[in-house]
Amino acid sequence: MVEQEGFRRYVAHIILWIGIAIVAFPVYIAIVASTQDNALIANGQMSLLPGGHFFEVYYQTIFVGTSGSTREPVYNMMLNSLVMALLIAVGKIAISIISAYGIVYFRFPFRMPIFWIIFITLMLPVEVRIYPTYKIVADLHMLDSYAGLALPLIASATATLLFRQFFMTVPDELLEASRIDGAGPLRFFWDTLLPLSRTNMAALFVILFILGWNQYLWPLLITTRDDMQTIQVGIRKMITTTDALTEWPVVMATAVLAMLPPVFVVVAMQKLFVRGLVETEK
Amino acid sequence: MANVTLRNVRKTYTGGFEAIKGVNVDVGDGQFCVLVGPSGCGKSTLLRMVAGLETVSGGEIDIGGRVVNQVEPADRDIAMVFQNYALYPHMSVFNNMAYGLRNRGMAETEVKTRVDEAARVLELSAMLERKPRQLSGGQRQRVAMGRAIVRQPKVFLFDEPLSNLDAKLRIAMRVEIRKLQRRLNTTSIYVTHDQLEAMTLADILVVMNGGQVEQIGNPLAIYEKPATTFVASFIGAPPMNLMSMRTEEIKSQLGSAGEAGILGIRPEDFVITDQTPAGGVALPLTVEAIERVGAETFIYGSRAEDEQRVAATPGELPPGEVIVRVPGTEAPAIGQKIRVAAVRQKLHLFSGDGRTRIEG
Repeated sequence: MVEQEGFRRYVAHIILWIGIAIVAFPVYIAIVASTQDNALIANGQMSLLPGGHFFEVYYQTIFVGTSGSTREPVYNMMLNSLVMALLIAVGKIAISIISAYGIVYFRFPFRMPIFWIIFITLMLPVEVRIYPTYKIVADLHMLDSYAGLALPLIASATATLLFRQFFMTVPDELLEASRIDGAGPLRFFWDTLLPLSRTNMAALFVILFILGWNQYLWPLLITTRDDMQTIQVGIRKMITTTDALTEWPVVMATAVLAMLPPVFVVVAMQKLFVRGLVETEK
Repeated sequence: MANVTLRNVRKTYTGGFEAIKGVNVDVGDGQFCVLVGPSGCGKSTLLRMVAGLETVSGGEIDIGGRVVNQVEPADRDIAMVFQNYALYPHMSVFNNMAYGLRNRGMAETEVKTRVDEAARVLELSAMLERKPRQLSGGQRQRVAMGRAIVRQPKVFLFDEPLSNLDAKLRIAMRVEIRKLQRRLNTTSIYVTHDQLEAMTLADILVVMNGGQVEQIGNPLAIYEKPATTFVASFIGAPPMNLMSMRTEEIKSQLGSAGEAGILGIRPEDFVITDQTPAGGVALPLTVEAIERVGAETFIYGSRAEDEQRVAATPGELPPGEVIVRVPGTEAPAIGQKIRVAAVRQKLHLFSGDGRTRIEG
């Protein structure tokens, strides 16, 4: 890009800074609010500068929970969310890469109809099939369990399609060279296809982990015990209180904590993630 | 060490397209066989059938006395070098070469010995830890060769291995492949569309066209006595001049030697002269274009009379045009009228349809 001269460049930068401010301000408010005294916030006198209650608020949030009767420490919610998000992300990748391998590399009866059936499930997210899915999970006695949280979300048409498209760009000669080198279908998958898919898997992991982490409706439905609650559901429950003030510092601290794992995943996987989206060399 | 015999091999694709229409080839132990032909002639398909990557619709493929029609590629004791090298991009050079050996359960010390030996031969020892993407085209080509030779197979199969390289490297690698094959003395089948590669590499040259074999033999024998007009125009660059013998001019000179056939004369067999050799052919030409390439000069001339040249593909000249090759850089001026002649022994006579060579 050609460097732009003085005035026009400043205008561009100002617009960008405004954009950043709009996106970042709510996050800033959440962080500030999580360090203040609840009474101040309830009075509507919240300062825009950080308060002095950082350690006590976060200690209470992580290890104790709200002061309400059905309180639950946030570390447990985070653990639940983490297990669910990991199960969903890893499970989706494992299942979709295997199904894509089957569809691309094997010729079996009804291959294309099966592919189209997988494709059509794109139109049936959990929200659409929520009643039958709930019934099945309940009948299998998986309510209030990690399996119940993750399994209904674990099949992914999107990831299958992504891997299918990637496999179709892998040159046929690699498969042929493997066959001549004495590698059977499993060997070829394990020794060649999986390593080549590494960056794609990383990119998908980032997307799927965040998707799993942010699940709200499904965990809300199938968890009844407080100790199986995920953090997204937990935040909502903290806000609605019947007989007391909402403890905003705790709620905000929980929100800040809920942001951390996705941020960590993105930062850790960023390099692989970008390579997975742009890499062309096979 | 093995010979490869193809007996009436056929390939018909679902849908009825006949890619290979009955091919018989016998490659002796340690011989270098080159399959050459224009694109779409079925040469690659035939090679892939020998490799076991394509099924055989009819006939038999015999490697070292064993019919391998139903044998998996890995169990045929062959190694193949692909056009795009097909190296495993995520594996180091060493692992690329070792992969096939390890899959066969070879001991790691033996794997290392073999790979190191191949790397030494191919001058790859310094880059065993690199990934294929860190190598140049020529080096990748060597790794692909290395992957083939560490296996010490009965047969090497090459599928246009040099076509992704630039011209200079291609010539260097061509010589290397030939030397390597001589030293290892492994039966090889090599597919190319480049007639120069074919001529220089082959012990046995198989010229293919439209799924059929046009001619099999020693490359020079094929060059000197092409069996059909297709072979005549495909082997040799620039291509052989082909003209109808129906024209009065040629008929009167040749007499009854070939009634209503096709006459072929290679560009280098013409001499600029005013004399007509006994039994030979002389043609008056108008010089249209001159190409000087240093050691030789090509003269493109048009025939005096307006006559239709016979059809011949590929590398066909426009009707009425004749190429003459003269050594050095001396050449007539453009537009000048010259007379060229060829002696009787240098004339190639074919039947009217171009499918048969007439001896005599």
